[in-house]
Amino acid sequence: MIRVVLPAHLLTLIRVTGEVSLDVEDPVTLRAVLDALEERYPMLRGTIRDHVSRERRPFVRFFACEADISHDPTDAALPPPVASGTEPLLVVAAIAGG
Amino acid sequence: MSRVRVLVGTKKGAFILSSDGRRQKWEVSGPLFAGWEIYHVKGSPADPDRLYASQTSGWFGQIIQRSSNGGRTWEQPGTEPGEPTTTPDGMPKGESNKFVYDTSPGRGKPLTTHQWYDGTQHPWEFKRVWHLEPSFADRDTVYAGVEDAAIFRTTDGGKSWHELAGLRGHGSGPRWQPGAGGMGLHTILIDPKNAARMYVAISAAGAFRTDDAGRSWKPINRGLRSQYIPDPTAEIGHCVHRIAMHGKRPNVLFMQKHWDVMRSDDAGESWTEISGNLPTDFGFPIEVHAHEPDTVYVVPIKSDGEHYPPEGKLRVYRSRTGGGEWEALTKGLPQRDCYVNVLREAMAVDTLDECGVYFGTTGGQVYVSADAGDSFTAIVRDLPGVLSVEVQTLS
Repeated sequence: MIRVVLPAHLLTLIRVTGEVSLDVEDPVTLRAVLDALEERYPMLRGTIRDHVSRERRPFVRFFACEADISHDPTDAALPPPVASGTEPLLVVAAIAGG
Repeated sequence: MSRVRVLVGTKKGAFILSSDGRRQKWEVSGPLFAGWEIYHVKGSPADPDRLYASQTSGWFGQIIQRSSNGGRTWEQPGTEPGEPTTTPDGMPKGESNKFVYDTSPGRGKPLTTHQWYDGTQHPWEFKRVWHLEPSFADRDTVYAGVEDAAIFRTTDGGKSWHELAGLRGHGSGPRWQPGAGGMGLHTILIDPKNAARMYVAISAAGAFRTDDAGRSWKPINRGLRSQYIPDPTAEIGHCVHRIAMHGKRPNVLFMQKHWDVMRSDDAGESWTEISGNLPTDFGFPIEVHAHEPDTVYVVPIKSDGEHYPPEGKLRVYRSRTGGGEWEALTKGLPQRDCYVNVLREAMAVDTLDECGVYFGTTGGQVYVSADAGDSFTAIVRDLPGVLSVEVQTLS
């Protein structure tokens, strides 16, 4: 079970509090987790990745085991603690104004 | 007894203000979609309990919200949770938040670039929905004006959106340029007597009209004069801020331009200036009285560099002669030290016998006049900055 921590505004959007848990088959990659997340919550399509290009939106970052993986290949395996559910994948909104 | 429902979009959520026809006591609900920018909320004329909202964020992009019970509950139209988000052949299914420009070669000349602030060409990039215009006849048909400028339509209640590519296919796109707020298509007017005729306005490209339900468009900017562009009378490039019409006389249009208040009596074929005795003819919103087609409202703003009322006095100006002669409406409005703005989408009128006039400010006030502008009172004073105001008259 993969654990995902989402920004507050996206939790509001999907009407969930706390972490999101997802079943993701091996290999557990960032792309696979985001695909599973969007299938469970279709309203998130376009909010984390662009609808068409599937590229990360500019003000969104990904962290795993305290490392910024925003610029890593999305098909790279996530760290074992994230893949095993020990550690969450963090989807973080940039701190920028507002 | 009739009721009114005022739909307010702000920089940090939406609010619904409700009252009976006297418009003296108000209920305020919200914030809805707290923390998100709500560019526009509008109800369907075909089903007033069907509302659409444009929820947007610099972080997370565009969300379309829909209510079928007058705003008590909201949903995102589209794929239900747990359903596949792709078709059996792997293509993404239509999604309510998905606005993808039409690049098919068969639809006119789909454009890929427009003019950037520095005069260079820049790719078209979808940013947000500025305006939602539900159709008169069908609660599931809605037009959306977006940034970068284009018009989209849904016919399934917002589940999927498709561009009316003939507008960008007009061929003038490389001369369109963004205004200070971005290159938004912010005004959509549907002729209530002829649904095939629509008007749109774009900052800063100008006004366009279709007579074939959006397949083809023509610029309608003759008579506009804009000193801030290289050719002040060019066909394209004018920063139109807002257009308004009266439904019973749809060939007559009123325009608040970047500078100048204008009028057309021939469906936009030509325009004449009606700024008259206004203290300044810069401003954003313009509205027409619900029952008097020659009664027009504007809110003069000092200048393009100083977006606040002249002399610190918040004044609505009303013309009862279709422009040219204007009177200041000040009763109930601050007449000193007021430096708010009133944005283009933030003014509306109701259709009660005594026409109500509403507007919201960047300072978070929403004012109502229950006597056609003779006097105003604040419904609320401390909302986030108001981006849009619409009103529904309910029986």
